Amino acid sequence: MTRQMTGAKMVVQALKDQGVEVVFGYPGGAVLPIYDEIFQQNDIKHILVRHEQGAVHAAEGYARSTGKPGVVLVTSGPGATNAVTGLTDALLDSIPLVVLSGQVPTFMIGSDAFQEADTVGITRPCTKHNWLVKDTDRLSGVIHEGFHVATSGRPGPVLIDIPKDVQFASGTYNGPKQARTSHYQPQVKGDLDMINELVDALEKAKRPIFYTGGGVINSGPAASQLLRELVDTTGFPITSTLMGLGAYPASGKGWLGMLGMHGLYEANMAMHDCDLMINIGARFDDRITGRIDAFSPKSKKAHIDIDPSSINKVIRVDIPIVGDVGHVLEDILKVWKSRGRKTNQEALAKWWNKIEEWKAVRCLSFKQEGSVIKPQYALQRLEELTKGHDRYITTEVGQHQMWAAQYLGFEDPNRWMTSGGLGTMGYGVPASVGVQIAHPESLVINVAGEASWLMNMQEMCTAVQYRAPVKQFILNNERLGMVRQWQQLLHGERYSQSWSEALPDFVKLAEAFGCKGILCSDPKDLDDAIMEMLNYDGPVIFDCLVEKHENCFPMIPSGAPHNEMLLGDVNATNAIGSTGAVLV
Amino acid sequence: MSAALNIKKGSSKHSAYALRPNFSDVEETHTLAVLVDNEAGVLARVIGLFSGRGYNIESLTVAEVDHEGHLSRITIVTTGTPQVINQIKAQLGRIVPVHEVHDLTVEGPSVQRELALIKVACNGDKRVEALRLADIFRAKVVDSTLSSFVFEITGAPDKIDAFADLMRPLGLAEVARTGVAALSRGAS
Repeated sequence: MTRQMTGAKMVVQALKDQGVEVVFGYPGGAVLPIYDEIFQQNDIKHILVRHEQGAVHAAEGYARSTGKPGVVLVTSGPGATNAVTGLTDALLDSIPLVVLSGQVPTFMIGSDAFQEADTVGITRPCTKHNWLVKDTDRLSGVIHEGFHVATSGRPGPVLIDIPKDVQFASGTYNGPKQARTSHYQPQVKGDLDMINELVDALEKAKRPIFYTGGGVINSGPAASQLLRELVDTTGFPITSTLMGLGAYPASGKGWLGMLGMHGLYEANMAMHDCDLMINIGARFDDRITGRIDAFSPKSKKAHIDIDPSSINKVIRVDIPIVGDVGHVLEDILKVWKSRGRKTNQEALAKWWNKIEEWKAVRCLSFKQEGSVIKPQYALQRLEELTKGHDRYITTEVGQHQMWAAQYLGFEDPNRWMTSGGLGTMGYGVPASVGVQIAHPESLVINVAGEASWLMNMQEMCTAVQYRAPVKQFILNNERLGMVRQWQQLLHGERYSQSWSEALPDFVKLAEAFGCKGILCSDPKDLDDAIMEMLNYDGPVIFDCLVEKHENCFPMIPSGAPHNEMLLGDVNATNAIGSTGAVLV
Repeated sequence: MSAALNIKKGSSKHSAYALRPNFSDVEETHTLAVLVDNEAGVLARVIGLFSGRGYNIESLTVAEVDHEGHLSRITIVTTGTPQVINQIKAQLGRIVPVHEVHDLTVEGPSVQRELALIKVACNGDKRVEALRLADIFRAKVVDSTLSSFVFEITGAPDKIDAFADLMRPLGLAEVARTGVAALSRGAS
């Protein structure tokens, strides 16, 4: 596999050898040699985005919906700095990305050259690892190492900065097998003593709960299968974080719905009252735990995570297991079966009775009355009309995102793409394009709020250019809904800057982009309008005018424990105390 | 059981009393030895981790220790509760060019040394006293004028602290310290 070639050619060759089919990018002076090589081949498809942030989010959507790493190509300086938000987003959500950036030639580095930025310096804290390649002979090795690092262990984004002279110079190309990977081999098998201890706890538990996260999805489809087997054979209830939706099917008998700040009442109450919590690939994020010192006070806690730094970071756990979710679940099942598939049936039945009482509260119920569409109703109808479809959902960030997580059901992993850790407004449009590029025949819907949607709407051009028939389902309340909700609950209803006085006419905007625009404001028209969106062969911008002051419930007010959820507006006044107010 | 009791990490070869609770609120000082690839930016990654996550660095030294293997050794003295110290070690461990992280404070006995250059400007009796104390501390005079000395002293950090404290009333002018270098005792 060793051959002489230019650095630019090496980039394309290395991507081919890594099995890359799609690159999201935007050209510029410092990457022209690579773009010249892309021009002269047909194996790798380049998707021209309209902003580098869009390239990274599109690659995230591609990666999350396929399980393969997303690849991005941007130029130096502003190209790289525009990628920073996407990199940080991918780092917090553990999404494998390989971002290639151009750099000014090595002899000009440090001279404040045109479009020069200290890209490795800027992206060091927002990548899993990054490299500045100063020698063409090292380039192919670094790219292959980059793919290895991005996809091994806890996945994440890597960046490789390639000066222009390195792209022009010739050097020796090495294939993936010759790359240095031995120094980075995270542990995938869990400690057997700990697994035995966990199985022992499973057998004795009276009030167990599985609390699962994005790690199950990152581990691959096999992990989701094993999780389903473990949940269904033990008969334990299961809840999931925003990141983990779809690993266990929403129609499954153990499913309690999402937990956390806007999670379901039954899920949060069960977390609070359980005696055994089995965290699988989640990280006790602050959206999940609420007040730390009151978090699930009576439970024994097990934590399975591939990243040792996740364990005991926030919550002290009793049974830590470092390893890949898939491997560990396989071992747990093996050990549990060999010991006779025991559970405490009697206690479990009581536990389920208790859970049914919480379920009976029907925390997601709402009343659709009058002539204004409730956002919950819009999502309920969307779910009803798209349920059986080969469907992928992306979201922006805010109230609509939480409603989507509450009212849409996910039956499979890799079907739900949302910015969880960083909460990046502007994520959904480019992510939906990336998903649609990966799955051209599937139904891809971006559930959006109008404010978030505007942040990266330029990517509709990309959708039109590549005939990606993405459906933009905008819940338009003319407000920054989540900000407005917090101002209502926390800042005496002083709605500082959370109202968009000027908004575009989304139907005309759609036409300007070359998409179809649909406006819907009457609940009676909603079903027909959604069907019109689904039946249109091409990108659609759906402007759904919804109730402007609807709040997202249930809600754990910041600084409160799980069992002090707000279920609706009635008990929401002064719900957040002064200690909670400083939290975000 | 041993893992639950943290015997491997928490005890020394000599005493089980070094067993320490993993979730105490008491801050401890630990010396960490971190073996890293000697490549551009690796120190920035380590320092960025400490500043980005709000951990303390009391002292930090770094130099290449294996030229052929391109390995550098970073010795960090840091303080925090046991939970924070464990978090620091785990976070260091997941930096890609980091090969090994050793907590010399809990992995058994270790030797710690630091070198300092200490300038004292004084005359008359104070000059004599400074030399006398330097002799007691086995500090070497490496520069001398009629009105000053520069002493070179090596030792554990508290020895250097003690020497500097004694020099203060005698005319301490400037101190340069290298930070701690540390190795575990014994064959391995």
